[in-house]
Amino acid sequence: MSASSRSGERVSGWTYVLIVVLMVPFLFPLFWMFLSSLKTQVQNTAYPPVLAFTPTLDNYREVFQKNPFFTFAWNSLVVAAGSTGLALLLGLPGAYAIARFKRTGIALAILTARMAPGIGYLIPWFILFTKAKLIDTYTALILTHLIVALPLVLWVMIGFFEDVPGELIEAGRIDGCTHWAAFLRIAIPLAKPGIVATGILAFIFSWNNFLFSLIVAGFKTRTLPIAVYNFLSYEEINWGGLTAAATVITLPVLALALLVQKHIVRGLTLGAMKG
Amino acid sequence: MPSVGAGWSRFVERHPAPVFTFPAVVVVFVLMVFPVLYTLYMSVHSWFASSVTAPEWVGLGNFRRAFVDDDRFRNALWLTVYFTGLATLLQVVLGVTLALLLNRPFRGKGLVRSIFLLPMVATPVAIALVWMMMYNPTLGVMNYLVGLVGLGPYKWVSNAAVVIPALVVVDTWEWTPLITLIALAGLATLPLEPYESAKIDGASATQMFWRITLPLLRPAIIVALLFRAIDCLKTFDIIYVMTQGGPGFASETLNVYAFQVGLFYFHIGYASSLLVILFALVLGVSLLLIKVRRGAW
Repeated sequence: MSASSRSGERVSGWTYVLIVVLMVPFLFPLFWMFLSSLKTQVQNTAYPPVLAFTPTLDNYREVFQKNPFFTFAWNSLVVAAGSTGLALLLGLPGAYAIARFKRTGIALAILTARMAPGIGYLIPWFILFTKAKLIDTYTALILTHLIVALPLVLWVMIGFFEDVPGELIEAGRIDGCTHWAAFLRIAIPLAKPGIVATGILAFIFSWNNFLFSLIVAGFKTRTLPIAVYNFLSYEEINWGGLTAAATVITLPVLALALLVQKHIVRGLTLGAMKG
Repeated sequence: MPSVGAGWSRFVERHPAPVFTFPAVVVVFVLMVFPVLYTLYMSVHSWFASSVTAPEWVGLGNFRRAFVDDDRFRNALWLTVYFTGLATLLQVVLGVTLALLLNRPFRGKGLVRSIFLLPMVATPVAIALVWMMMYNPTLGVMNYLVGLVGLGPYKWVSNAAVVIPALVVVDTWEWTPLITLIALAGLATLPLEPYESAKIDGASATQMFWRITLPLLRPAIIVALLFRAIDCLKTFDIIYVMTQGGPGFASETLNVYAFQVGLFYFHIGYASSLLVILFALVLGVSLLLIKVRRGAW
């Protein structure tokens, strides 16, 4: 099968039919989310589901008017940018050294850290943050999100730095570059697409984070996923508002991912492909 | 102070690896080793997060309680294995099948890859809410869709007998694309020669698939499978948002149970011992993974 695919077989119309059929299930829930966000509550609770309707933006208006949604978005942004920035600052030199000097022991330790269940990290930090009166602060949120971001940056960037040709680094070293200069002026520019993708991946995981924010964030620092989760506790679920809010938090993430899709796919699959 | 700066530069130049990795290693150590040690310590104590009473040493009492006296724990352990097994199996079979179907020349490969990316990066809380709506027994579109082929109606996540498969569907929707992308990358690097010689020997397409494609893909698939198994064991977001472990305890996996015990009942000691057990499970799969990556398989 794979052999025949490479010998330049002609593409038939059926191939496209097949591909569309295979892709529809992966798009449908997101499509349904967006569609429901444009419906009234009456249309959303109708059965069988309404497909022909006049779209309304009322749900979006309501989400922004009834809730401090911009504050939640700002909180999410600060925490995601803070933890991603810190993870890159700490992780890039580390990943470069692990890749260049073959420190597989450290890489393995980081992999193990990535494997441990998040709640195991959360309970001790929760108790410590409570004692230090740090619950509901950006500091605590950024630190807990760093638990995800730092191993991610290290692990994925090891792969991207391994792709940087060693000869280029060697050539720079012969021209008198220090190790630090070789890292800054040769490796970083060459790995830039990978760095951007890894940064975006870390940002997305922080933006999406539910578990840590659920416990560590309070009223002042509530992030978007927690805000949307809280909508569920209303007596009657307002499906239009809920899907509008879900669309608003998902859209930036999808846009970011599509911006650098090729490298993000590499980043996501790198962990499983290497070795 | 040029001399100090120069001395520091010389030091970095002589020991690049330790200096470059030091900040990251220290932060990983502080962020992660402290909680691990704390959890291990608490797992042999009984403590209700109270500032008045100190943790009381109970030895292996928490573990005995879990395995001997706690039905809820045994239920959670079984559900964790059930969820992980079903989800991993489904995702690998579907993911590899999709990759084989898509491994042909056509225009718009970039678009297909973009579509596959969306479920993986979309915010899990948002995903969970949309699926809750789709699964809703009275207004949900899922009952309408299965009704078109004469099935249902089901109560989906409100039915104790169906809740785990229903949650597996959500996780499968999210993560099958990862397996497909990994398998597609593997298929792109397959050598042509084995197929050519097999063709000369008169092998059928089916034979070539089972004898050549699958064995060559196996390392990539096994690694992807173990990565998914590790993440499935720890699934939290979609379960907590969609069912909070219910109905009853019908979808309360170990992770969700530990969360409730630790951060709802504040029985830190017992929750810690549950997390030690969960981590042991994850570590078992991880060790398998490391063994596979070293090529021992």
